[in-house]
Amino acid sequence: MTYSESVLNHYENPQNVGALDKSAEDVGTGLVGAPACGDVMKLQIKVGEGDIIQDAKFKTFGCGSAIASSSLVTEWVKGKSLEEAMKIRNVDIANELALPPVKIHCSVLAEDAIKAAIADYRKKQQSAAVGSPA
Amino acid sequence: MKLPIYMDNHATTRVDPRVLERMLPFFSDDFGNAASRNHPFGWKAEAAVEAAREEVGQLIGASGREIVFTSGATESDNLAILGVAEFYQSKGSHFITQPTEHKAVLDTLKVLERRGASVTYLPVDRTGLVRPEAVEAALTDKTVLVTIMAANNEVGTLQPLAEIGAICRKKGVLFHTDAAQGAGKFDFDVEAMNVDLVSLSAHKLYGPKGVGALYVRRKNPRVRLSPTMHGGGHERGMRSGTLNVPGIVGFGEAARICREELAHEIAHTQALRERLYATLTKELTHLTLNGHPTLRLPGNLNLSFAFVEGEALMMAMKDIAVSSGSACTSASLEPSYVLRALGVPEELAHSSIRFGIGRFNTEAEVDYVASKVITGVKKLRAMSPLYEMAQEGVGSASASFQAP
Ligand SMILES: Cc1ncc(COP(=O)(O)O)c(C=O)c1O
Repeated sequence: MTYSESVLNHYENPQNVGALDKSAEDVGTGLVGAPACGDVMKLQIKVGEGDIIQDAKFKTFGCGSAIASSSLVTEWVKGKSLEEAMKIRNVDIANELALPPVKIHCSVLAEDAIKAAIADYRKKQQSAAVGSPA
Repeated sequence: MKLPIYMDNHATTRVDPRVLERMLPFFSDDFGNAASRNHPFGWKAEAAVEAAREEVGQLIGASGREIVFTSGATESDNLAILGVAEFYQSKGSHFITQPTEHKAVLDTLKVLERRGASVTYLPVDRTGLVRPEAVEAALTDKTVLVTIMAANNEVGTLQPLAEIGAICRKKGVLFHTDAAQGAGKFDFDVEAMNVDLVSLSAHKLYGPKGVGALYVRRKNPRVRLSPTMHGGGHERGMRSGTLNVPGIVGFGEAARICREELAHEIAHTQALRERLYATLTKELTHLTLNGHPTLRLPGNLNLSFAFVEGEALMMAMKDIAVSSGSACTSASLEPSYVLRALGVPEELAHSSIRFGIGRFNTEAEVDYVASKVITGVKKLRAMSPLYEMAQEGVGSASASFQAP
């Protein structure tokens, strides 16, 4: 397997590796994939004023393309609104990283991870709203 | 120390310089066809081929007259299995093998299954071993061939050939072994092991690619084969085709060196393997050894680095050539079938790296490889959600995390 320049760059210098406090109100966590399939991504977003994503962190078990896909999406979502982040498509990730066909699933996983993180954040907000006294 | 470092000696080996030197004249002045019976060009080629045949025979305790040259172990496996199947079809069409064989054996048997043969796949234990008693229990009066490899190419497990051979001999069933990885790496003797057919490959023992051999026992019992390659009747009719004289000469020299230097070679590769293993286990937690702790090829180290994916780890050691059982390194996205047959959990199969240490590796190389692996594993674990969960005491092995 030969890797594109951009996959190598993200692999060598992954952006936003780490963790946010998953119990915090303003943090959404997405965990997707399966160890038995060889990739698991954990992607977290910290959401602020006006539903803008202020910070994003990831941890990924997977090949170089999976790591690069996670690193790239954490870069992309920062500064975006939740609405905009929902629009990120796996094809954009795959194109940016020049992923070969056998690695497309890595970009799919990254899209799923974003959506899962946003869904987790929204769920927290809803239960906070329901739970708070009127 | 020169980069990149080659530590993938199960895939292939570098041609020993002594081998290359012996081969060269047969590409130039001594270019004759070994089948040309009436001029010195042919005689010289034939003499060189016959000398090589003796050397290859000696490597496995056989006579040169029992060696049939082929294009490699793949062809030898095909010839042994298809050749026996056809020649002995009146006796029956039952075969016995095991699931970690090379595809050259498994896929050839599949062809026979499609033609109506039945094949018993004996189970292997967690270390990759077949139990000889299981071979005995599976034999029927329709069994024509037992084929069990000498040494596995991924995990290095050495099968109990002598015990299996004794059973087959007692029951009068032919025994074939694919020794592509085994010959030249440990003491191999067709008499002591009672094997009847042996597949060999030159490029696994510091010879050239594209040349191999099939040992075909000539007496007690005399093994007969139907050829798979038809034509000029070379190799006593068992394998037609003009002989690859330079390749065969190289194979002979490679076999001679392996035989004469065997003790030194085992000591060298095993010491390096142990050095690598010791350094890695000292510096890293959560390592598992795949294969057998002692019954393994001296240069083989197959390890799973939990919480880290194999291909990602190989990227962290980009000036080092090794291989991985990870799905990501194959087009099929399936992890290694060998590791799965051993019952290695899929998660750990994805995390496996095979180090294949050979004749030309050095201590300095092993130390460099160890340091790259340690740094790579630490870096990747720091970004692994599975490692994080393990640290927090959350089990993850069987989990599946769903998208919304
Ligand atoms: C166990 C085993 N059998 C057969 C082969 C095929 O050998 P060759 O490359 O000579 O066809 C190999 C090498 O890949 C092997 O490891």
